[in-house]
This record gives sequence, C-alpha cells and structure tokens, in this order.
Amino acid sequence: MNTVQQVTRRSFIRSVGLASGGLILACNVPSTSEKNPMKRAFNGETFEPNLFIQLKDNGDLVLTASRSEMGQGVRTSLTSIIADEMDADWNLVSVVQATGDSNYGNQNTDGSRSVRTLYETMRKMGATAKAMLITAAATQLKVDESTLKTENHYVIDTTSNKKIFYGDLIKEASKLQIPENPTLKNPKDFKYIGKGLKSIDAAGFASGKPKYGMDIKLPDMKYATVARCPVTFGTVKSFDKVEAMAVTGVVDVIEIPKIDKPFGTLGGVVVIATNTWAAMKGKEALKIEWNYGDNKSYNSDAYAKMITNNVHKKSKEIRNDGNVHKAFKNAAQIIESTYNLPHLVHAPMEVPNATAWVKEDNTCEVWAPTQTPQAARKEVVDFLEVEEKDVIINVTFLGGGFGRKSKPDYVVEAVAISKAIKAPVQVIWTREDDIQHSYYHTVSAQYMKASLDTAGNVTGWLHRVAYPSIASTFAPDTGFAAGFEFGQGLVNIPYQIDNVRCENSKAPAHIRIGWLRSVINIVQSFSINTFVDELAVKAEKDPLEFRLNLIGANRIEESDSGYHFDSSKLKNVLKIATKNANYGKQLPEGHGLGIAMHYSFFTYVASVIEVSVIDGKLKVHNIYSVIDCGTAVNTDTIKAQMEGAAIFGMSLAYYGKITAKDGAIEQSNYHDYQMIRMHQTPKIHIEIVKSDAIPTGVGEPGVPPIAPAIVNAIYNATGKRYYSLPLQDHNLI
Amino acid sequence: MIQLTINTKKHQIDADSKMPLLWVIRDFIGLTGTKYGCGKGLCGACTVLVNGSPVRSCSTPVSFAEDKSILTIEGVENENKVLQEVWEEDNVPQCGYCQSGQIMSAVALLEKNKNPTDKDIDTAMSGNICRCGTYQRIRNAIHKTAELMNTNTETK
Repeated sequence: MNTVQQVTRRSFIRSVGLASGGLILACNVPSTSEKNPMKRAFNGETFEPNLFIQLKDNGDLVLTASRSEMGQGVRTSLTSIIADEMDADWNLVSVVQATGDSNYGNQNTDGSRSVRTLYETMRKMGATAKAMLITAAATQLKVDESTLKTENHYVIDTTSNKKIFYGDLIKEASKLQIPENPTLKNPKDFKYIGKGLKSIDAAGFASGKPKYGMDIKLPDMKYATVARCPVTFGTVKSFDKVEAMAVTGVVDVIEIPKIDKPFGTLGGVVVIATNTWAAMKGKEALKIEWNYGDNKSYNSDAYAKMITNNVHKKSKEIRNDGNVHKAFKNAAQIIESTYNLPHLVHAPMEVPNATAWVKEDNTCEVWAPTQTPQAARKEVVDFLEVEEKDVIINVTFLGGGFGRKSKPDYVVEAVAISKAIKAPVQVIWTREDDIQHSYYHTVSAQYMKASLDTAGNVTGWLHRVAYPSIASTFAPDTGFAAGFEFGQGLVNIPYQIDNVRCENSKAPAHIRIGWLRSVINIVQSFSINTFVDELAVKAEKDPLEFRLNLIGANRIEESDSGYHFDSSKLKNVLKIATKNANYGKQLPEGHGLGIAMHYSFFTYVASVIEVSVIDGKLKVHNIYSVIDCGTAVNTDTIKAQMEGAAIFGMSLAYYGKITAKDGAIEQSNYHDYQMIRMHQTPKIHIEIVKSDAIPTGVGEPGVPPIAPAIVNAIYNATGKRYYSLPLQDHNLI
Repeated sequence: MIQLTINTKKHQIDADSKMPLLWVIRDFIGLTGTKYGCGKGLCGACTVLVNGSPVRSCSTPVSFAEDKSILTIEGVENENKVLQEVWEEDNVPQCGYCQSGQIMSAVALLEKNKNPTDKDIDTAMSGNICRCGTYQRIRNAIHKTAELMNTNTETK
C-alpha cells in the first residue's frame, strides 16, 4: 500500500486553512517511529493525512513544512526533496507552515531528526505526484506513458516533443487513483538534493519580513510580563501592585497559579499592559514575597563538590566488559582525571514568548515560536479542558531554539493569562526571565581512569558520570540518569578496549533540567576527547595515530535504531580533518593544534582546531570540521549548521556557565552569560563527506568536538591541560 | 505628541518620552523588523540608524530620536539594496532574528567606510550577537558588498 492519499478539498481546507483548490495530495507516515526510515513499513490504511502537496492550475506548488524553522533551513530542505522527485520548478514553490496537529506525524523539531526521518517519505510524496501527472498527461495526449518524461514542471512527450505544463494537468490528475510504488529518481538525476539550494526564506530574512512570535499583532491585544519565583517551583506568598499599577499603560496585575507538570507554567504575578515597555516597567515596580520552597538550598558550587565526591566512589554499573580492576592491577601506567562542567542555558536571540487568544466559547488560538507544536497543543487542551479541535497552534518563525522552545511552558502560560483576562495577550519573557527560568543543560562531574600497558595500549577504561538527569523533569527524580543520556557517547565509545566499565553516580536535580543543542554529548565528548589526548601524551604517541589505533578495526556495530556505527567512517572524518588542517606542520610560536571527534545523532564529526595562547590569552585561529551525515540533502545548510555549531561550541567553551545561589540563577543577561562575537570568530573550514547512505543528523553533531578540541589545542600550545569549563574561569579569555 | 521620521515617513506618536525607541517602533508604529534581544544594549538585535549612526533602540529613549532621521530594516531597500541582495545570495542568515540588527550595523559601516578591513568589521560588528553563529558569512558578505558597491560606482 502506498503512502500517498488524495484528500478532499474540504478536509484539506479544514486542515491547513488554505482557500484555494488544485491537485492536493496528502501523505501518511508512521507518526512516532524513529527507526530507520528506509526500513519503514508504510501502511496507508492506518494513518491520517500528514504532509501536503498542493498544485494549482497556474502551476503554483504549495508545499507544507511540518517541522519548525529555527535557522536550520528545514522549510527548504524538506520541501526541496518533494520538489526534486516531482521534477518541479523551484521558482514555483512556496511553503506553508503546518499548525500543531498529530495528523502531520511527529512534529518535534529537535534531536537532529527532521530530514533523517522524513527523507524517504518526502521522496515518495514527490514521486507519487509526478506519477499521477504523467498518467494524466498520457490520457490527455492519448499516448503511452512510456514515451513521457518530466522536466521542470512539464510532462514532455519524447516522440512528438509536445509539452504539457503541470498546472494544466490538475483536473485529469485529480480523477486518478493513487499509484502504488512510484519509481524514485536515480540520485544522480537529483536537481535540488545535494546542490546547496539557498533558503526559500533568505530574501525575507534580509528584509525583516518574517513573522516571529513577538511580531504577531491581534486587535485589542494586551501585552504581559510575568514575575516568577527566583527559586524553581517556589510560589507567590503576597504581592503589592500599587506602584506597578501607577505605570502608564499598565491596566491590571493578576496572579496565575503554578501548573505542576513538566511543561506547565511556573506561575507568578502578571502585569497586563497596553504595550510591551509598560508591561516590563510594571514588572520592575512589583513588590512580591515568595514561598521559596525546598530548592532554596541549591548552591551550584557546593553541589558540584558533592557530585565530584560521588564520582570518586564506586557507583551504579551502566556497562561492564571484561575486568577493569584486573587491567588496572596489571597496568604499566594508570591515568586518572576528573572533569567538571557547569549548567548552560540556550539563550536564543528571540526570548520565549507566545500570543494566545482564549475566546468566549473556550476555544483557543495560539501563535508561538515552538519546536513542538503538538506538545504545546496538548498542554493547552489539558489546561482548558477542551478537545483538540478547539485549539489551534500556529507556528511562527523561531528566533533560534536550541532546545529551549521544545518546552511549551511559555505557551500554556500565555493561554492561562488570556483566559484570566478574557482578551488576546502577548506574553513576553525578558532576557532576564529567559536566563533565570529555563530548562537548563545539566551540571556534571566525571571521573575517568585508564590503564596503559608497556607498549602504550589502553587496557582498561573506567568512566563514572554524575549529572542531574533530563528524566528528573518528567518523572520522580531517582538521582540517576537515563539510558538515552548514557547512549550519547558514554557507553557507546567508538574505541576497541577489552576492559570497559561505565558507572553512574547520584545527582538529584534542583532546577528544571532540559536538553540544549547536542545535549549530554557535550559533556561526555568533552571528557572522553580530552582524556584520550592525555592518554596519547602519557603513551608517548602522536594524538592522531593514537586515536586511529584506539578506534581499532574497521567494523559495523549494528544498532536497534537502524543506524549502524561504522568505525571506518569515524576514522575517515578524522583523517580528512587533520589533512585539511595540515596536521603535523610547523606552527608559529605559541600556537597549537587540537583534535576531537564524536559520533552523535548517527553522524560522524571530527574537528581540528588551531589556537594560540600568547601572554596568557587564548585565540582560536582556525576550525577544520568534517562531517559525514550520509546523503547531504542541502550542502549549504549543512555547511551553515557546522559553522554555527563551531561558534556555539566556542561560546560554551569560553563563557558558558550558569550558577545558582540559594536556589536562584545568578546570571541575567548577555553581559554575564556571554557569547562569541565577530572579533573572536576564527576561520571556519567545513568539509562534507560525499555519501549515498541514508541521511543522518546535522543540527547538533557539530557541537560536541569543539570544546575538547580547543582544550587539546591549548595543551598542544602550552603544555597545560584544563579539566573544567568555561575557559574564562582559567583567565584565558 | 512626539514627531518621528522613520524611513522618510513622518509619524506623530502619543508615547512616554522615556519609552525606548524600540517599543515605539514595534508597538506604536507596527514595524516589527527591529527586534528585542536583551533590553540592555548588549546584543544589537534592536539596532537602527539615527542620522546614519547605529543606535541600540532598546535602550535609547524615543525623545533622543525626535526630529532626527531614523532608518530601520524596512527602509534598507532604498539605502543599500546591494547589501540585502548579497545577504540573500550568500544565504547569510540562519534563524534570521538578529539579522536586522546585523544589517543595520553593516549598512552604517559601509556608509562611512567603502573598503572595510577585517579589523574594521570586527569593530563595527562586535556589538551584534548572532547565537546561530553566522559571523563568518556576515564578514564575507560585507566584503563582497563593498566590492560590488565600488564596482558599481566605477562603472557609473
């Protein structure tokens, strides 16, 4: 059974709100499966319409993007796959953004998963539409289909050279049954895939036109800010609104309760105003007393010491191969290191915000920059106690997401406020709110111990980790981390070592823990990549040769995910990156090269970084990153994501540190949570390995090698090794 | 009443004279291309030009801009179309949110300096944060725009 279904115009209009007709195709995909898309069993009978193709009689091709655009170019990459298989003219393509609706299948835009899970489906959609257009043309021309070919929005009869424009075929095509098993293009005939098509939104971005969350304006809309308890999960004891009400433009001050759910609101005191500035000034004028609650005891410095103690004690076994203790006993050398990394926060340029309108009949429409419109819809449905059909979640452009906007707490908060004031409202988080009330990247302590034999081979490997888990946000906190966290580089190290033991020590959470671009790969890549560098030095081996040997024999490690680890691909990216960096060349005085590599989101990345440390100050000069992400759907987007990942990794290496004192986050804005800026930007050189394998993740895998490669380069330049970040704390910046 | 000239168009606004220019532009005039990023002049997302100079509108009272000429992203088309075309052609933006501010800073730089060096770009652009990390493309786009502008001038 094929995946593509025709849907009636009426249901189409109802689904996506378009008022114009044409040939409309909808496609089914399994909604939740994360397995290898090549292996999916498509069963069109059991799934609802998902992604849409709408071809109009004037030839306009309207394609629906089901994933959120946050700078990763997903609106372009997904739709270009359909257009390529359709042999459509890209100039006639426009993109509409899907609302949050499970009929589109999984819409979560995180986990570097959009292209890799939808590639095959998009191709089939395009191929099916093309097959129907060919059949329609055969009928119209009264020829056999075998004489027909398609090219740039036309069906062409190769015998008579007659051409029919796609737009002129919609009536005939609309009468047809959906063909089964349409032929997919030979990849060598791709016109858009692999060609670095520029973003379909590029012109808009260069002229300020795209609408982000805060750009939505509704009639009689109010603006609101919320004062939330500085300590996570604290509540309002009492508040004095007199001074806030005196601010010109402030119309009301109300309290909204906390909703005790993973994506519930934190609650607080809300200032309602006629403009954004009044709402912000009003908030500053509030006088509030809080019930801080248990998390007031959270001091991140003391906490880091506690979890560091925990990783120095035997802990819960996660993986155990061979016998590390025996290996340690027989070792020629033992190397031990302890690593500490702080909390991080996403700080996307666009703060969390949402515009909500709860109407008199309790139906609701939301406009929000969200990575997860379906979860947002569910939260709103639960809060209003209505049905799904009563809630529309419009997805605006996202001014960056990085995982923050995967958590729709700010959406249900706006809905709660709109319901309370019986008016449309735009709720804006200040930058301070964003930094102080997030779902934080976890704080961590790690202990590593390895044994070397007399020849410098690694014979034993012990890795103990402690970090508050993302799982603590969703379920009662056990203090231990979750399997998906261990799978991000800890238990699945790419090295062939006989005796390996991984352990997890206790680390309960005191603030909301969430995922940030690359997640716990950042933590585990940092320790492993810098530790291996240290082992190479102790073994008196060249760091590159040492790594290649440690990866070991070429092999495929099969995985239930359907994506299998291929050790030769990891070695390949490492070799290319070192070659591009002229590894081994004589460097200027004070300069050093550092290597790191990491396999994440089924993608292989290696980075080689050239730094200098002169007068004690660090400068990054060159970053050479190489990525093997299977089929490269949009080479320019991939390059851009890798360039961005290099800067993201540099920011966390230089400055990334969120601390808590008495339960409150100490940082507040870009002056004390700093970012890399133009003058610190190195030359970034990206190479994409040519591959015809299935596509794998792109948005995140570029980040994890950056910080360890910098630290390894500093060692190479100075002989000094750092075991904690940010580097600012070591007076290097 | 405050008199403002934005992208050559005159506006009369009834707003508190201490209100930051950003919120007057966004909430009162309805031009949403200029963005809020930090509210403290730290990130540059709100950059507009006042009499040709880049100003962080989130922390500049509207009274400062009275009787002066304000240029926002929506007016760049008439000031430096070449730069916008290069920005598009080179696919500079990722999420796009900071790009209005980046472009305003770049327009101001190229207005004063026809051949900016890397150092000049560092100085002019380091007030604008891009969390997506598009700096390398911004730098290249500024150089390319300068070249194109100089070529266009020569051929005239």
